Amino acid sequence: MSPDFLLFLIIALVAVAAALGMLFSRSALYAALFLITNFGAVAVLYLLLNAPFLAVVQVSVYAGAIMVLFLFVIMLLGAERLGREPEAAAMRWQRPLAIVLAVVLIVQAVYVFATRASAVPAVAQAIDAGPLNIGKTLINSYLLPFEVIAIVLLAAMIGAVVLTRDK
Amino acid sequence: MSITDKVVAVVTKIPVGFATVLKTLFRKPVTVQYPEQTKPMSARFRGRHHLKRYDDGLEKCIGCALCAAACPADAIYVEAAENTNEERYSPGERYAKTYEINMLRCIFCGYCEDACPTNAIVLEPIEFPTGYTRDGMIYVKDMLLEPPPAGAPATPQQTPAGKYDRAILPFPPITD
Amino acid sequence: MNPILEALVKSVGILVVALAGFAYMTWVERKFISRLQARIGPNRAGPFGLLQPVADGIKLIFKESITPANADVLVYFLAPVVAVIPALVLFAVIPFGSDPAFQLASNINVGALYVMAVLGVGIYGMILAGWSSNNKYALLGGLRASAQVISYELGLGLAVLSVIMMASSASLNDIVAYQQPGNILGWLIFRQPVAAVIFAITALAELARAPFDLVEAEQELTAGFMTEYGGMKFALFYMSEYVKMIGMSALFVTFFLGGWSGPFVNEAPVLSLVYFAIKVLACLLVMVWVRATLPRFRYDKLMGFGWKVLLPVGLVNVVVTALLIVAGVPGYK
Repeated sequence: MSPDFLLFLIIALVAVAAALGMLFSRSALYAALFLITNFGAVAVLYLLLNAPFLAVVQVSVYAGAIMVLFLFVIMLLGAERLGREPEAAAMRWQRPLAIVLAVVLIVQAVYVFATRASAVPAVAQAIDAGPLNIGKTLINSYLLPFEVIAIVLLAAMIGAVVLTRDK
Repeated sequence: MSITDKVVAVVTKIPVGFATVLKTLFRKPVTVQYPEQTKPMSARFRGRHHLKRYDDGLEKCIGCALCAAACPADAIYVEAAENTNEERYSPGERYAKTYEINMLRCIFCGYCEDACPTNAIVLEPIEFPTGYTRDGMIYVKDMLLEPPPAGAPATPQQTPAGKYDRAILPFPPITD
Repeated sequence: MNPILEALVKSVGILVVALAGFAYMTWVERKFISRLQARIGPNRAGPFGLLQPVADGIKLIFKESITPANADVLVYFLAPVVAVIPALVLFAVIPFGSDPAFQLASNINVGALYVMAVLGVGIYGMILAGWSSNNKYALLGGLRASAQVISYELGLGLAVLSVIMMASSASLNDIVAYQQPGNILGWLIFRQPVAAVIFAITALAELARAPFDLVEAEQELTAGFMTEYGGMKFALFYMSEYVKMIGMSALFVTFFLGGWSGPFVNEAPVLSLVYFAIKVLACLLVMVWVRATLPRFRYDKLMGFGWKVLLPVGLVNVVVTALLIVAGVPGYK
């Protein structure tokens, strides 16, 4: 067992444990803290895949900015003290839908592992995941999705501004 | 105020503030290193109370408790006793057997000084009452009373009959 | 040398320097701000009050450890630790001197971004402390901290982005090398003055230091998120603030003041450490000078300043820098 693999094993366990902790935690604030731990663990996984840029972006964007906003909202609303709501009748269709989606995700993951798992480390070794390459790939190969996401984000921003305006 | 004005104000005014602060760096500090150094105090500053004596060593206080009556903070307690010619503390009939001031209560207004018929109690700018306990802040007569002047005996004194019949001796001329 | 042993020795070295720097930075700040206010400052503990940090430390260690009623005990105890770790980890990528031996992780090619990530995570200590104390002042302090840091991180990022564009590398070593060690005009503060000013302002906001110390505004919030903390836990928050101050100054020196560069560095590499220390100390003194001069921001003004002034100015600066680089203006490529 190489030290890298041992490290991967530990970090992966931490990531999975943190994700489960997030799911099963009663307090919204603890759930957020577990999610931050998970993001940190995933960032280390990126590092193991020779992608320090992605690792750093993962930490600074998700753990550093988005989760701070999450915590801000949780603390502002006092959401961590809310009890468990009785299951609303209108939400009942969510459970079967969630199960279906989970099955789809698991099948997808198994498929990817079965067909491509051996390729990942080799790809990680071969590709330079530096800022320059990622930028070039985004602007050249994935220009259309990039622009679509930009418009979606802009729409969300405008929506937020409209919501905060007085009537 | 237009944006240009604001930018001009920021660029011109803020450096002035920084320069002012930096100039202070070369000023002599105004700190007084208390208790090694003290600032000169006004001669009329009302500090701790002192019980005065006459030149012959007798106490000026006659235990009349006018100070206690004048005290707005009710900080003074006086208990009087009779003088005799064998054991004389002060001129006249009576002296203060107990004289206590609660320094935690005292507001240093100086009314006791004003009320005193014999100028026995004086607030002087020399000492400031300090202490670690509440009991220690009650100043008793021994702490308040000044030592007798050089050459004069302490109280109680043995005095000839008839010499100290009056409670208030003729005041020495005021030399202030 | 064994790489693990080498890393260990360097880490311990950085830790010792950071702790000593923290302790004596409190002394330097108190002395300097006293002189700026025509006072003398600490002078009772030892000559010139030099033992004051020791006395403070002893006092804090022996204070009673208190946990507020209904506090979230786990988070309450973790928060000071969470606050200190990013402050210390910040030093991993900073090149303290010309020799690779003066840097812990010299081969990171995204050093500037690493710094941004660590700074972004550094806020959690304050937020969690504010939330877990079960105290309204602490909670308000924590909320202010999160809002403030999110707002000013963008400006900080844009300032750093300008520097990365100039050096066309995110590695701190490359950024120092780009500033032509030995020539003072090569310093980026002369070619990126706007970015330098934005960095300085946002750095003060990230540190929650005057004039951006709303997080612990005494008059309104007692001590903000630190209200319920005492003894060693309080000392840890204090430590994180001062260590971050040193770290931020080191970053400003690296980005804008030519890092460790100075005359005769090639002949005697140790000199580079000295130059770096002098520049960092100068930045720290400027921070104290700012604290002695400027009053605290009002809360709504703070957010407005961050979003309506610093962010647009930073964006324009990035665009202008990009244009200058593409146009090939001398000094910009």
